[in-house]
Amino acid sequence: MIRSLPQSKGYAIGFKLYVIFYFTFLFAPLLVTCVLAFNDSQFPSLPWKGLTLGWFTADLPERVGIFHDQINLDSIWVSIQVAFFVSLLSVTAGTCAAFLFEQEDFRLKQLLYFLMLAPLVIPGVILGISILMFSTTLGVYFEENWNLDVGLFRPGFWLVVLGQFSFISTLVTLVVSARLKKFDHTLEEAALNLGANRFEVIWHITLKYLRPAIIGAGAVAFLMSFENFNTTLFLVGSEATLPINLYLQVRDGSTPVINAISFLLIVGTSMAALANLYFSKKEA
Amino acid sequence: MKNKIKKQFRWALLFFLTPVLLWLVLLIVLPQIDLFIMSFRSENDAGEMIWTVTNYLNFFQEPIYWLTFVRTAIYSILVTFLTFVIALPVAFYITKVVKPKFQGFLTLLLLLPFWVSEMVRVYGWMILLRESGVINHFLLKLGFMTQPIEMLYRDSTMVLGLVYTSILFMVVPLISVLDSLDDSLIEAAYDLGANMWSILFKIIIPHAAPGIVSGSIVVFMLTLGNYLTPNLMGGKNSLWFTEQIYNQFIASFNWNQGSAFGFLLLFLSSLVIWVGLKLSKQSLSKVVQ
Repeated sequence: MIRSLPQSKGYAIGFKLYVIFYFTFLFAPLLVTCVLAFNDSQFPSLPWKGLTLGWFTADLPERVGIFHDQINLDSIWVSIQVAFFVSLLSVTAGTCAAFLFEQEDFRLKQLLYFLMLAPLVIPGVILGISILMFSTTLGVYFEENWNLDVGLFRPGFWLVVLGQFSFISTLVTLVVSARLKKFDHTLEEAALNLGANRFEVIWHITLKYLRPAIIGAGAVAFLMSFENFNTTLFLVGSEATLPINLYLQVRDGSTPVINAISFLLIVGTSMAALANLYFSKKEA
Repeated sequence: MKNKIKKQFRWALLFFLTPVLLWLVLLIVLPQIDLFIMSFRSENDAGEMIWTVTNYLNFFQEPIYWLTFVRTAIYSILVTFLTFVIALPVAFYITKVVKPKFQGFLTLLLLLPFWVSEMVRVYGWMILLRESGVINHFLLKLGFMTQPIEMLYRDSTMVLGLVYTSILFMVVPLISVLDSLDDSLIEAAYDLGANMWSILFKIIIPHAAPGIVSGSIVVFMLTLGNYLTPNLMGGKNSLWFTEQIYNQFIASFNWNQGSAFGFLLLFLSSLVIWVGLKLSKQSLSKVVQ
């Protein structure tokens, strides 16, 4: 059954096979995507026609590698910018929310706490359409009453940022709150006794303590934003983010350049994830 | 002195409260209210906006709409159940069976694919499964088939993709609850002559209940709200409810109908989560931790 108990050979082997099978299931699609990025073929499929770096570096009429593919490069740049602003905003709001729920007392705190959790149970698609509609309502209202045309209210870069921010902040709040719960309040009291005011205490002591959690949450926010599809789908304007752009290409037939992008994404996110884990382990 | 401290504390409250209120009111509360209001508005024959329940009536009168809705709900429940059945042995193996020194490594390996964008993962399945795909290529080479078959665009592939996309959210809570299960309970049951199945149903599953509930809620919600996987792996036959919402918003440009659909989806997901919490006697704030 478990480590300390005797187990039959069939059980042990069967279990091992099952787990091996599970990990194959987990990694097969990623592995195949990566391997086919280097296949010297016009289609992302077998047979193997030899090794090439063409889908990364080529700049020929019939084969444009990712490093010369302006549309895909643009969408990667858009995604990086979106992710940057989303993590900046959500880390700010999430940290404020963590302080608010852990250290402050006010009426209707429970209600607000539930509202903060709400984005976890609202499907991303619904967040997308509701924000799209509300911003359009606001846009129409501003235009009719003050004759103002506010670009922010139209689908586009900033609406994507706000849409992703609306639910990623919840995750940041939960991560930062978890660390703030473990904080030793006597440190704050000591500083207050020594004449520091509340903001000095927060700046010099509490935030220093929270730094690993904040950096970790920021990294997770960046990754989540970078790969978000459901919410972004409805808010995106003319500047497509990478997942949206990939979706449009895959839907209309694909070339191995998508494998090349996927390869870079897989390698990049794995390294980021490993680094994040390594640092969070070190801090803990 | 005391007064001064009080005043400072109020300032801190204001400082923290303002961004949080802006976030929750402007991006969550008001948009949801707007969604609700819009779902009860529609154009009449004269082209004026009026209050009406037409959007909801349409839903119940057009079989394609409510059948898609029911189909999505049933498939989401099936996917949730499958992820549980597949994930439990894996979580059990990692926490209880494998040698402790491999535990960390296996957990890390488990998490890695989920850092990669869902889009890339679905694309990987597409090049594996499609007619000119890798699996077909090998099956033909090995002589199992003479003609390639299209494995994409079937309900079963769609379910496979949905299970794949969300299984991590089942495995992780299961690992954390099973980690807290005392080995001696299983040992005692074994010594007293219990077989594997009674240990599973009388000890492991009751102990893991909180993890099962939180995992199921997340998996169900993600599956219900998924657009990418059903759309790309299920193809035209996928008939997923989020696609109906997308069609109303982007293709037909009928936002009022779309918001009614959106609200129905929100209602379904809230209902299932609420029932799940009630049945297992847990609260939302506990489950998210």
